[in-house]
Order: sequence, then structure tokens, then C-alpha cells
Amino acid sequence: MSETKQYCTFLLDGQYFGVEVRQVQEVIRYQEMTRVPLASSVVSGLINLRGRIVTAIDLRRRLGLPDRQTGKLPMNVVVRTGDDAVSLLVDEIGDVIEVPVDRFEPPPETLRGAARTLVEGTYKLDERLMLVLNTYAAVEVNNQEPLSKSA
Amino acid sequence: MDIADKELVAEFVVESQEGLANVEAQMLSIEAQGANVDTDLVNSVFRTMHSIKGAAGFLGLDRIGTLAHGLEEILNNLRNREMIPTTELISTILRASDFMKGLIDEVEKSNEADVAPFVAELQRFRPGVVAVPEEPVVPISTGATDGRKVQSMGSPVVSPTAPDASVPTRVSVPEEGDPSAALSSAAINVPLSDTVREFLIECDENLDQMDRDLMQLEQDPNANQLVRNIFRTMHTIKGGAGFLGLAELEHLAHVAEDLLGKVRSGERTFNRTICNALLATSDKCREGLAMVESTGNTSALSPDVVIEMLWQADQAGIETVATPSSDTVEAPSAPVKGAAPETRASAPVASHKPGALAAQPTKPVAAAETPGATSASTTNSGDRSNVPAGESTIRVDVELLDKLMTRVGELVLARNQILQYTSKQKDSNFASTAQRLNLITTELQESVMKTRMQPIGNVWSKFPRVVRDLSAQLGKQVRIEMEGKETELDKTIIESIKDPLTHLVRNSVDHGVEAPEVRLAAGKLAEGCLTLRAYHEGGQVNIEISDDGAGLNFERIRKKAVERGLVTPEAAARMSEREASNLILLPGFSTAEKVTPVSGRGVGMDVVKTNIERIGGTLDLQSRMGEGTTVKIKIPLTLAIIPALVVTCGGDRYAIPQVSLLELVRLEGEHARKRIENIHGAPVYRLRGQLLPLVYLREVLNSTSTNGESPAAGHATAPSGALNLDFVVAKGKHLAWKTRLRNYLKGDESLTFDEAVSFRSCALGKWLYSEGMRDYGHFAAVQRLEKLHSEMHNAVGSVIQLREKGDVAKAETGLQAVDELSGEVVKLLNELEHSVVGTKATNIVVLRAEDRQFGLVVDSINDTEEIVVKPLSKQLKGIAAYAGATIMGDGKVALILDVMGAAQKAHVVAEHRDRAITDTEKASNDDTKNRQTMLLLAVGDRQIAMPISLVARLEEIPRENIEKSAHHEVVQYRGHIMPLVRLADVLGIPSNDDPTQPLQIVVYSEGEHSLGFVVDRVADITDAEITVTRESVCEELLASAVIQQRVTDLLNLPKIIRRVAPKLFDLRKGDHHLAV
Repeated sequence: MSETKQYCTFLLDGQYFGVEVRQVQEVIRYQEMTRVPLASSVVSGLINLRGRIVTAIDLRRRLGLPDRQTGKLPMNVVVRTGDDAVSLLVDEIGDVIEVPVDRFEPPPETLRGAARTLVEGTYKLDERLMLVLNTYAAVEVNNQEPLSKSA
Repeated sequence: MDIADKELVAEFVVESQEGLANVEAQMLSIEAQGANVDTDLVNSVFRTMHSIKGAAGFLGLDRIGTLAHGLEEILNNLRNREMIPTTELISTILRASDFMKGLIDEVEKSNEADVAPFVAELQRFRPGVVAVPEEPVVPISTGATDGRKVQSMGSPVVSPTAPDASVPTRVSVPEEGDPSAALSSAAINVPLSDTVREFLIECDENLDQMDRDLMQLEQDPNANQLVRNIFRTMHTIKGGAGFLGLAELEHLAHVAEDLLGKVRSGERTFNRTICNALLATSDKCREGLAMVESTGNTSALSPDVVIEMLWQADQAGIETVATPSSDTVEAPSAPVKGAAPETRASAPVASHKPGALAAQPTKPVAAAETPGATSASTTNSGDRSNVPAGESTIRVDVELLDKLMTRVGELVLARNQILQYTSKQKDSNFASTAQRLNLITTELQESVMKTRMQPIGNVWSKFPRVVRDLSAQLGKQVRIEMEGKETELDKTIIESIKDPLTHLVRNSVDHGVEAPEVRLAAGKLAEGCLTLRAYHEGGQVNIEISDDGAGLNFERIRKKAVERGLVTPEAAARMSEREASNLILLPGFSTAEKVTPVSGRGVGMDVVKTNIERIGGTLDLQSRMGEGTTVKIKIPLTLAIIPALVVTCGGDRYAIPQVSLLELVRLEGEHARKRIENIHGAPVYRLRGQLLPLVYLREVLNSTSTNGESPAAGHATAPSGALNLDFVVAKGKHLAWKTRLRNYLKGDESLTFDEAVSFRSCALGKWLYSEGMRDYGHFAAVQRLEKLHSEMHNAVGSVIQLREKGDVAKAETGLQAVDELSGEVVKLLNELEHSVVGTKATNIVVLRAEDRQFGLVVDSINDTEEIVVKPLSKQLKGIAAYAGATIMGDGKVALILDVMGAAQKAHVVAEHRDRAITDTEKASNDDTKNRQTMLLLAVGDRQIAMPISLVARLEEIPRENIEKSAHHEVVQYRGHIMPLVRLADVLGIPSNDDPTQPLQIVVYSEGEHSLGFVVDRVADITDAEITVTRESVCEELLASAVIQQRVTDLLNLPKIIRRVAPKLFDLRKGDHHLAV
């Protein structure tokens, strides 16, 4: 049996993503948010996580995917990057899965756009591919230039 | 390198790397700009280098400092456009900055690197530069062998917070030893692993005290108490070092102690040489202590140079020894009751006691600083063996305090939430419990805040040394005086003002105070005086740094500012001295004739200002030529929990820190429409006669551009701003649609019948059936609008049908019907806007940003609340409009507005400063620039005013000349009949008219018609500034104002004329200039 890693998985526009379990602080249902005018459109708002103020980032927008249908509430995957906890808004939460590291493969050269920097690679699972999200890159949001990709 | 330093270095590395990361891109754009270089950009790079230079000097990273200095000089030339950024130059700069990056990455080894080739190469580019300054700009050091320690000693060498577990493992400490024997009372019953740490902390604090004592001793060489203190410090270090096996340190302390012993017994007289030697000793000791911390021993310490200095000082002491004064001889045996008077102003003398010590560097416990504690330890200072240590104070980890503060913050939030529920609960038990919780929380909050308070003296304590060394270096004589050392501030604030204050102090010594001969020539004492003052005022702390130096040279400042292109010559000429003095706060300003290593690069002041403003403070500069300069800083007491005003805008709540709040203005409906005026699309409100620029928060936050583009650009045509924004939009959309219809008829655009009749999907329809109906559905106009709108669409539909049939003529007539309907629609929209706006109040929050005020228009004003400031995550850091976020009573998050940022965004804060409000005296007078020459009249016991411009003549007419004409009193006047109006009757006040005197008439004329106002007396003509104090109660009067210390009513002439002589004048013209 080769070495394995645990991933917290979720769905985003039909794609299967995974974040390494030890980076995930918690997963919570949709929370009411305070919007932040002037911020990058990637930032959905601020949520109160037991007295801590956490920024919520819409992963769909971050990845340049089409917006979620109105009425569908996203889930929060709260990840720890450095000292900050940041919430990533995803469509649906999947299981925590354990995958052998030898199934990993770097992203294909043809990957373009935001995904290029955000996807570390893929795990070739039996039934589907799981994209590994680089959380550190995902929470990098530049306020100076509103992201045109998402518009 | 000690831990505190390590932290600093780490910070330095991070900051520098961030800065350098930008430099590359910046340099490339500079290159692209060529001769037309953007000075702001160069400034930015320059500042990066300057920061690196400063920090590197501070941290003793000489090579990095040298390189940064070289780069800085080049950039300065670029900035001043003394040279053009050639490709060759840019690549040299880039290579140098890359090299610097490398040095910073391996900062520990950076001092071994060779930067000389780069510096030389950079120098080559500089115009007219021959000499290469090999020496890095190392901060001043006098007598010290190690320049860097001079600087870093101000900060505690050992932070009590830093867990120092590594030290004991490396230092062998006898298990059985009684630490108290060697370390005095420092560590009774403390585990041995703490012994070394205690020793380090104590020594460090003692050395700080020793520096201060030496400073005082220099003033008063006979203060034996001070000599004894210093002696004891050296003795303690000697003992401790011996105990811990630190031979080098022990030896050094021993020699110093010997010398001090001689001074104490009067064998030597304290003089400057001894002082220098002892200061050098103190520095060397610190170096030794730092070594102990990092390596566990002092074997690398080479104290020989300093020891040599001590020897020499000793020798010099013999030669200069004077007859020992009697008190010097008896001093050792004298009862040590109370310190020598010189020590009164300084921190507790008995700095050997851990208790008192705790009051020194990072001590969090305020109690130690209370006068009681201070005097107690002072009294006991003579005999330290019998004082139980640490009874009244304990050391607490600052991290723990921070955590405590966070918890209290959360408790405050929970309390707020509970209080919200309380109002809904009927249970009186619950209510009273909640009340108690409220009270306790508030008290707890206050107490915890207090633990974080530190006297500002902690920062100031290093200044005497700074001033001494610097003035010695510059050949000046400067004395430093401090008032209000005990003034307390939050620890985080103390930390963030340390550098700005140091900068200001150095500036004062370098630029402010003149050389002794200049001072003497000016009739001043040769010795300059630098005064630091701190005091609480209105929930804020004021810090003043004043010198009695030359003051600012306003002419030179104006000239320089014009030269640098910071202001236009006209603006410069118009500036008051105050305004001119604030020019030096602009980036890139320096009038220093020569650039010294100390200051005068023109970076300092704007950085100081920025740093102060970053913590919510303000900085003000006042200067008088020849008399000196005062810099006044106002800063908040704490940053963690602040009172704030909560407002709503666009359905979201925002908190506005109350420090920037001046007042609240609420304009009711109609009033708002009239009172908000426009200057080229910029809305303003007359607040007590002063134009207050208005900023609509909605617009500030709506603007999508984050790069400072005018957010209001799109609304320049919407005069009353966001108030009726949606109506403007609705109207605009409607009109746009009509244009489309016209184009269709002309054949320029296609339009289908279905599109035309679907009155719900056109732009106006969309608005009408969503926001329109939702927000304004209760207005009758909206119902009518809906009907009209659908009718119009039907009409459009028939036009299109006609047109498609080819019946152009009929289509044209149909279009007229559409036009009429459309006109109705617009009219209704206007009506609706009117009635909606009429019921809506405008809330203006009057704020202060920098030295100007502006009105922030918000949807509603909720309440004031104590909020816990939480920083924004890095994803939101770049947005200047927010200072942070907080959690409100209902658990939701609200953003905290950064007033400065918002003002900048709305372009309220600009370059020209024509309306300073800091000077309240001036503000109250000049606020109301409603200057007019007024005629003051007495009617009864009232004083009445009318503008002299409306008065044709003043006449005295004999009473017998009055005639009657159709119930009116008239007189013949210049060939015409002039009706008389008795003002007393018009205003309904009893007249004090003296019937024996002729009538006093004020003649108003227009064309050939005249009207005579009868008054009791013409009192005066005055060029008054009219401060309208209240709106008038009756329509004959415009307003009331205070003129010549009397309440004066301003006549509403048009109204009166209309009433008494409606047919006499065509008033439309009169209205215009009759209004005051």
C-alpha cells in the first residue's frame, strides 16, 4: 500500500475538487454575509464565524466559472492559509476521501486561465478526476484591479 | 542578535522584499517614461530605498544600508529630474536591487557581502559626483564602538513575552546556586531556567536607567544618588556575570565599577570623558547581553576598547579632580531617603526591584507606574535586601494580554447581543441580570484596557541619549525637557509612535535648533531647548514636540514648494504661514541645504504624517520665524475598542469612528432640495454659511473603479445626487427608449411590435414593476404612472403597425400622441420624485479628514456604539475606504469606514488647502464668509439690518410733511409721491419713535419709484460677517444673526414690499438681489 493523502472534496460547476484535509478548518452551511462594496467581485462578503470575521471568496468567480444559479445557496469551506481563515464558497460538499499519492499528476499544459494557477494537479480516481485546489493561490485576491475574467 | 532584534530583522526582511518586489516594475515604467518621468513613481521607489536604508542602519546591516543609500541618491537625482533614466542606468539600478534582494534573503550574511562595486557603478551615473561615500549611513554613535547597538538599545533587548527556553539549556547554571545572592532580589523562588532570563531583563532595564542617570549626572555632576545607582548597576552586572561565568562581561563591569567607586568616593570628578566611557560601557554590556541570549556566552565580546576608554577616563579623572565636595564624601553613608531632586522626573530610581522594573520596557501593569508605587520603591531604593520582590506587580506575557483583549472584545459583542434581547424580554430578572452583565463587562473592558496602557515615558526615555549624541555630533547644545511622561497610551499605539517621534526629535535637533553661535547672535541662550509634552484631552492624547530654534523659513518653503512643483506660485503666495508650514508634510519636500546622514532627505515628514494618520491620529505644525517650531500630534488612546457612529447605506450598516465625527445634520424633505446646491455638479450644503462639500456614501461605495477615478463622474447631471438617483435613471431610460422609437421610424433601428407593446420589459417598465412599485407603490403618482405607461406602449404599438403597413403620415400623427403620453410620463416621474424626495430626509454626517470637513450623506443614522475593531483579511487590505470590520449587536458583520480613505476617494482631500479647520478660533470667525455691508436700524428695542446695497438714501423728513393718500402715509420726495412704511407696524413691534424729532427714513428705490421705511433711528453701518444663528420665525424677516454683539433681524425686503406695495415694483428683478 502506497502513501495516501486525505482530501476534503466539493463540487463546483460539476467539477470535482479537493482540498487537503489539514488545510480545512471546518465546513459550514450558508451564512448570511455582509457585502463589501468596492472589493473585487471575487469577494462575496464577510461572515461572522463565532466572533471572528472571515472573508468569503466565491470560488466560481475565482476560477472564472459562470455564476451560481440564483436561489442556490453555496456552502462554506473554511480553509486556513497562514494566519487567516478564509471561506471558500462552493456548490456542494463531497466526502472526505483518501487517495494514494501515486495517482497524482500535474495539471495538463493546456489548462488555461485562472485554473492554471489555482489547480495544483489532478488525482486520477477510478470514476472521475479530482482537481487539487491550491488554497494559497485561491485566496489571493487583488483589489487593485477588479477581475475582468469573472465579469 | 537577540530575540527582539530577530523579530525586527524578520519584519525588515518581509517589508523590504515586498518593497523590492515592486521596484522592478516601477523602474521599468520609469525607464519607459524616459525624460518625462513620473515623479510619484520615482518617489515610491525612493521611499522604498529610504526605508530599507533606515531600517538597515538601525539593524546594523551596514552593507544593505550602503547599497540602499547609493540607490537612494541616484533616485533622488532622478526625482529632481537632474538626470534622465537611461536604459543603462535602469539596468544598473535593477542589478543593484536584485543584489540587494539576495542580501536580504540571506540577511545574516549580508555584512560579509561586497557592495562597493555596485555603489561605485551607481555613483558613476550621478551628475557631478566625485566622492564616493563609502561609509554607510549609520545612525549616530558617540563613543560607542558599535553603532548599531546605540540604536537598538532603546527597545528592550529581551521581550518578556519571548519564551526563552533555549538559553538555559546552553548556559550551565549551578542547580544549587542561590540566584538571589548573585542577582539581588530578582529571582527568588523562580525556577533556574528563568534565572538567566531575569538577569538579562534586569540588566537591560538597569542599563536603560543607567543611560538616563548618566544624562542627568552630566547636568549635575554632584548628584551622588545617581552615581550610586550606576555603581549598583555595574555591581549587579558584575555579580551576575561572574555567577553565570561570563568572564568578559564581568571584567568590563568590574573596571567600570572601580571607576564609579572612585567617582562615588570623590577621588574622581564626574566629567564628560567619564560619561562617554560609561555610556560606551553600557553599550558594550548590552552587546554582551545580546550575545548571551543568542549564544549563551560572551566569549566573542571584546571589551578591550571600552576598558581602555575607562582607564583613560580614570586617568583624566585624576588630573581634573577637584576638591571633593563635602556631600560627596558623606554620601555613601547618608540615608537614602528619597532620590536626589534630579531624579524626580525620571522613572523610578529603584530600578533594581523587579517590581519597579516591570514598569520599564514592555511592562503591561499600569499599577507599577502609579505615583504610589514609584515613591514606595524610591524610598526603599537604598536597601534592596529587605524588599520582597514582585509583590505588587507581576510580569505578564503581552501575548496573553492581547488574547485577553480579544476575549473581552468578544464578550462586549456577546453583551451587546444580550442587551438587544433584553428589550424584547419581559422577565425583570433577566433584565437586571443583563444590566449587571453590561456593567461588569464595561468595567472588565476598562480594566483590561488599562493593563495595556503604558506611559509615554517609555518611548521618551531614549530621547535624552538621542538628543545628546546627535547634538554632540552636530556641534550643537540642546537640552531636552519632558512634561507628562506618565501620560498613558495603549501599547500598540506606543509602539507605532516610537519611530515617528524619534524622527521628529532628530529633526528638531538637526534642523530646528541652531548652532550655538547663531543662537547667541540671535540673542538666545547658546543651549537650545527641546520640549516634549504629553497630555490627555477629550479622549485623545496630545503630544507636542517643540524647539526654540530658528523656526521654519516660510519664504524658503514657499519657494521650494513652487520649485518642486508642489503648488503654483499664486497658491504659494496666498498661503498663510500655517498653511505654508504644512507644505513640508508633502512627499518629496526638503529645504535642508545639505543632506546630512541624520535627516534632510525630504522623506521624513510625510512618512511621519502617514504613520500618525494610520493610527487615526493627526499631525499639525506650527512655527514662528526665529522662535521655534511645534509639532502637535493627536492620537487616540486605544485602537482596539472605539466609539463609532453606525449608519445605514444601501441596506448595509457601516461604522464611522467617532474621532472624525464633527456633527450630524438632518434636512427634512423640501428643505434638503433647497439647501443642497451645486457647483458644477458637485453638491454642497451651506452649513452655517460655510460651504460643506457633500459626498454620497452610496456613490462612494457604488463606484466600481478602485483606482481613484471620480465615482461621481456619471452623476454630474444628477444635481441632487443619490437622493433621487433612481428617478434620474428611470427618466433617462425612458428617454433612451423614445430615441430608439424615433430611430425606428427613421428606419435606423429595428423594433418589433411585440417589443413595443411589452410595457413590462422596457427599461422603465422593469424599474416600475420592481423598485418603483416596491419602494414607491403607495404614491398615487405611481398608480397613474403605471396606467399611462402601458397606454403609451399601446400607442407605440399602433404606431409600429401603421408604419409596417407603410402609412407613414398616420404613423407620424401617432407618434405625436406617443410624445404627449411620454411627456405625461416624464411629468409624473418628476412629480413622483418631488413627493418622494419631499418626504425623505437627508442625513449628513459632518466629518473631518485631514484639515478639511465634508458631509457624508447616508440613508439613515442609527446610533453610536462601542465597536471592537477587527482587521480586514488580506483580500480586502487594499481598499482605502475601510478601516476594518466589526460585529454588531445582532451578530452581523459591519464594515468600518476609513474616513480619510473615503474622503480621498471622493476627492475631498486634495492638494490645495484653502480651508483649514484645525484652528477653531479662526474657524468660528471665518466659517461664515457672508460678508456684507449692512445698515443697522433701531426699531423699538430691536436691531434690524438690511444690506446697504438696497438703500438709496437716508433722509430726515419733518413730521409735518406727512400727507395721507388713500389710507397711506406719503411724502413728496424729489417730485414724486413716496409711500411711507412704518417698519414697527410691519414687524408688529412697539416703536420708540421720538415725536419731537424729524422722521428717520430709509429710502428704497427702483426706477422712478421709491418707498420710505420709517425707523426709529439709523444705528450704524457695519461691514459685518453675518453668522446666521437661527432661521427666522416670521416671513418679514429672513433670519437672525449676531451683529455687533446684538441679535439682529435681517429684513426680508421683497416680502415686505410685496405686502405693502404690491403694485409698485416689478419684484421679479428685485428678488434676485434682495436676498441676503
